[in-house]
Amino acid sequence: MKKYAQPYKTPRTHAPEQNPEKRRKNFQEVSLGYTPAMAQLEASRCIQCKKPKCVIGCPVRVAIPDFLEQVAKGNFLEAAHIIKESNPLPGVTGRVCPQEDQCEKHCVIGIKGEPLAIGKLERFVADYERTHQDLKPIETVPSTGKKIAIIGAGPAGLATAGDLAKLGHEVVIFEALHKPGGVLFYGIPEFRLPKEILEAELDYLKRLGVEIKVNYVIGKIKSLDELMKEDGFNAIFIGTGAGLPYFLDIPGENLNGVYSANEFLTRINLMHAWEFPVFDTPIHHHKIFAVIGGGNTALDAARTALRLATTEKVMLVYRRSREELPARKEEIEHAEAEGIEFHYLASPIDIKGTNGWVSKIVCEKMELGEPDASGRKQPHSLHNSAFTLTTDSVIIALGSGVNPLIAKSSSDIKTDHHGHIEVADPNINLTSRPGVFAGGDIVTGAATVISAMEAGKKAAQGIHQYVMKFEV
Amino acid sequence: MFKILKKTELAPQVFRYLLNAPDIAKKALPGQFIIIRLDEIGERIPLTISDADPIQGTLTLYVQVIGKTSMEMSRMKVDDFILDVVGPLGNPSLIDLFGTVVLVGGGFGIAAIHPIASALTQAGNKTLSILGARTKELVILEKEMSVASTKVHVATDDGTHGTKGLVTDILLKLIEKKEPIDRVIAIGPLIMMKAVADLTRPHKIPTLVSMNPIMIDGTGMCGACRVTVGGKMKFACVDGPEFDGHEVDFQGLLNRMNTYIPEEAEAKEKYLKETEGKCRIAEIVQIYG
Ligand SMILES: Cc1cc2nc3c(=O)[nH]c(=O)nc-3n(C[C@H](O)[C@H](O)[C@H](O)COP(=O)(O)OP(=O)(O)OC[C@H]3O[C@@H](n4cnc5c(N)ncnc54)[C@H](O)[C@@H]3O)c2cc1C
Ligand code: FES
Repeated sequence: MKKYAQPYKTPRTHAPEQNPEKRRKNFQEVSLGYTPAMAQLEASRCIQCKKPKCVIGCPVRVAIPDFLEQVAKGNFLEAAHIIKESNPLPGVTGRVCPQEDQCEKHCVIGIKGEPLAIGKLERFVADYERTHQDLKPIETVPSTGKKIAIIGAGPAGLATAGDLAKLGHEVVIFEALHKPGGVLFYGIPEFRLPKEILEAELDYLKRLGVEIKVNYVIGKIKSLDELMKEDGFNAIFIGTGAGLPYFLDIPGENLNGVYSANEFLTRINLMHAWEFPVFDTPIHHHKIFAVIGGGNTALDAARTALRLATTEKVMLVYRRSREELPARKEEIEHAEAEGIEFHYLASPIDIKGTNGWVSKIVCEKMELGEPDASGRKQPHSLHNSAFTLTTDSVIIALGSGVNPLIAKSSSDIKTDHHGHIEVADPNINLTSRPGVFAGGDIVTGAATVISAMEAGKKAAQGIHQYVMKFEV
Repeated sequence: MFKILKKTELAPQVFRYLLNAPDIAKKALPGQFIIIRLDEIGERIPLTISDADPIQGTLTLYVQVIGKTSMEMSRMKVDDFILDVVGPLGNPSLIDLFGTVVLVGGGFGIAAIHPIASALTQAGNKTLSILGARTKELVILEKEMSVASTKVHVATDDGTHGTKGLVTDILLKLIEKKEPIDRVIAIGPLIMMKAVADLTRPHKIPTLVSMNPIMIDGTGMCGACRVTVGGKMKFACVDGPEFDGHEVDFQGLLNRMNTYIPEEAEAKEKYLKETEGKCRIAEIVQIYG
């Protein structure tokens, strides 16, 4: 195989993207991904480090150099199998992981040049496998006879389920909504993560033997006790996420036209409101949107709003400056190119309405002071700096707290004062209740897809040890 | 998939369904609700569980035709299936020995108040039910309510049945007669619940009202169902649906209920037009292949 003598001098191959002018009005994916030739070219820049740092940067420890080597050789299906040994959702993570802070950040080539495009390559490999129908029968493992219940079909629950099924356990996922995927389904929009890809990766889990029961709100239809005592589950994993939206607590939040980002995105992604009236769920036809916040959720909401047929303008109002935006860099650049108007150093204090509908927001100007405990500069409001922005809709994307349903229905699950479920040992993720494990956003608060998967995989190990010890 | 086992038309545009949903039926308690989605292109709407039979594994539901989804459901037949049903959601009504409880059911709200009346009567309370509707044929479940409560009063706007007037006229008379009322529970149109709460407030009678705002997930995830209670934001799906009637901001809620009126009309109109010719299944096939 041909190797580049000085891989850091070879430029990174950039994947083509849909033109911003066109994509700002459609829901198709922004990045078009690599062609096989591009993928091979990019992968061949890998120098196959003996002690690969990229792997250390990956929370689920994908064998990155190994799969890159196969890509470089053109063995794409082999590459897919290597990834799937540690990551059941590569089509998802290849698209939504903050690779720039993880694997790619540690890539040695990045010291002198541009790091390998590991994320785009992972995505390519997953897409290749999906479209080339490599439904290689999955090796069946002998059944252990143990039953595990997983609560919540987000990335944490799905990763746990995959690993446990591979170990021969009978796995049933209970999901509250009518579609599995958690935030991957209801939160992250189609133009970043086509639902078709998620469905294909869910199919893979089903082929591993995982059963997914939708429309089951655990804590309501069944308690943890019932799952264990009546339904015979030997262990439980809780991966119910951080789905409780925060509001601003300012006047006017009950006006029509004010949405939590969760409501707005759920209407669009889960319920297809952008295809109303073909689908039954509507979203009101607004012309101007003001999105409050600066994380991935805020950017997703803003860019989704832009794509609705009647939208003329979308503003993003953030209380710090561009540098502190917590969203991924790629998303910020995409949003800027698409024409989202960024209003930095501004914080809303009042939402005004006419006839019950939003008409404008009043904001205060902010300045940045000393960094706080999180290391980010603290914003302070400036005296007499109020100004108004005309808008007919406000989307609040300030993050979310954890869903208290399970903890409320089961008093022996210990939580901290924010409601996060406490786990004593983060390597096995056992809660205060024997046989009950937890991981993902419900433990850490809103974080990332891959960290939720990492927690799920660790819990799977913990659960495996726990149920197999029962044997003796 | 959840099968419709029975369907009865109780009054014009009011239907009763018996639905097969064994897991939910085992757990459902008075005051709780479900969220349904009829098919792949359907919306999610909440429906009160009016009765649950854990042995038969069935739920009794009442549906009044208002928007597109309820109209579509009214055209479904026995042995048809509802795609998604999730529940039981919300907190059950508190059933305890309070003494004398007045239950006010307005129109279609009678279906929701019925299981609560039964449970409170069984718990040893004196239950005085007041049923109200526009006209006689809309007073649903009167027989069932007389079995479920100690005494039933009826009021109709046009006087075709019971007292001519509003439910609050009867409630006021009970209060004036110095009936020792320990608790009032009112379920019905927002305007009615507001009127009941306004009436009982000066008399300091604990009054519960049941909120049925716009909902999507029903698990506290979206905040569409938010209501202001005592100046604080609450989510009806997880904190309710019952709230202290004296603390609820009815005005705010009345406004929010108007959000989708034009869209509802659009959807209904489209549905009516389409069901004349092409059927909905064809549309689903078109989308899902
Ligand atoms: C709009 C948005 C964009 C994001 N973008 C990115 C990104 O680009 N990259 C990234 O890495 N991260 C991103 N994140 C964060 C990431 O999605 C989350 O950290 C991750 O999904 C957490 O996974 P989880 O499995 O813990 O929970 P979730 O994905 O929240 O899944 C929890 C699941 O549990 C279900 N559930 C809850 N309660 C119950 C119950 N009682 N019974 C049964 N089921 C229940 C829920 O319905 C849900 O399906 C984003 C988040 C949002 C909201
Ligand atoms: S319906 Fe979504 S939070 Fe209540």
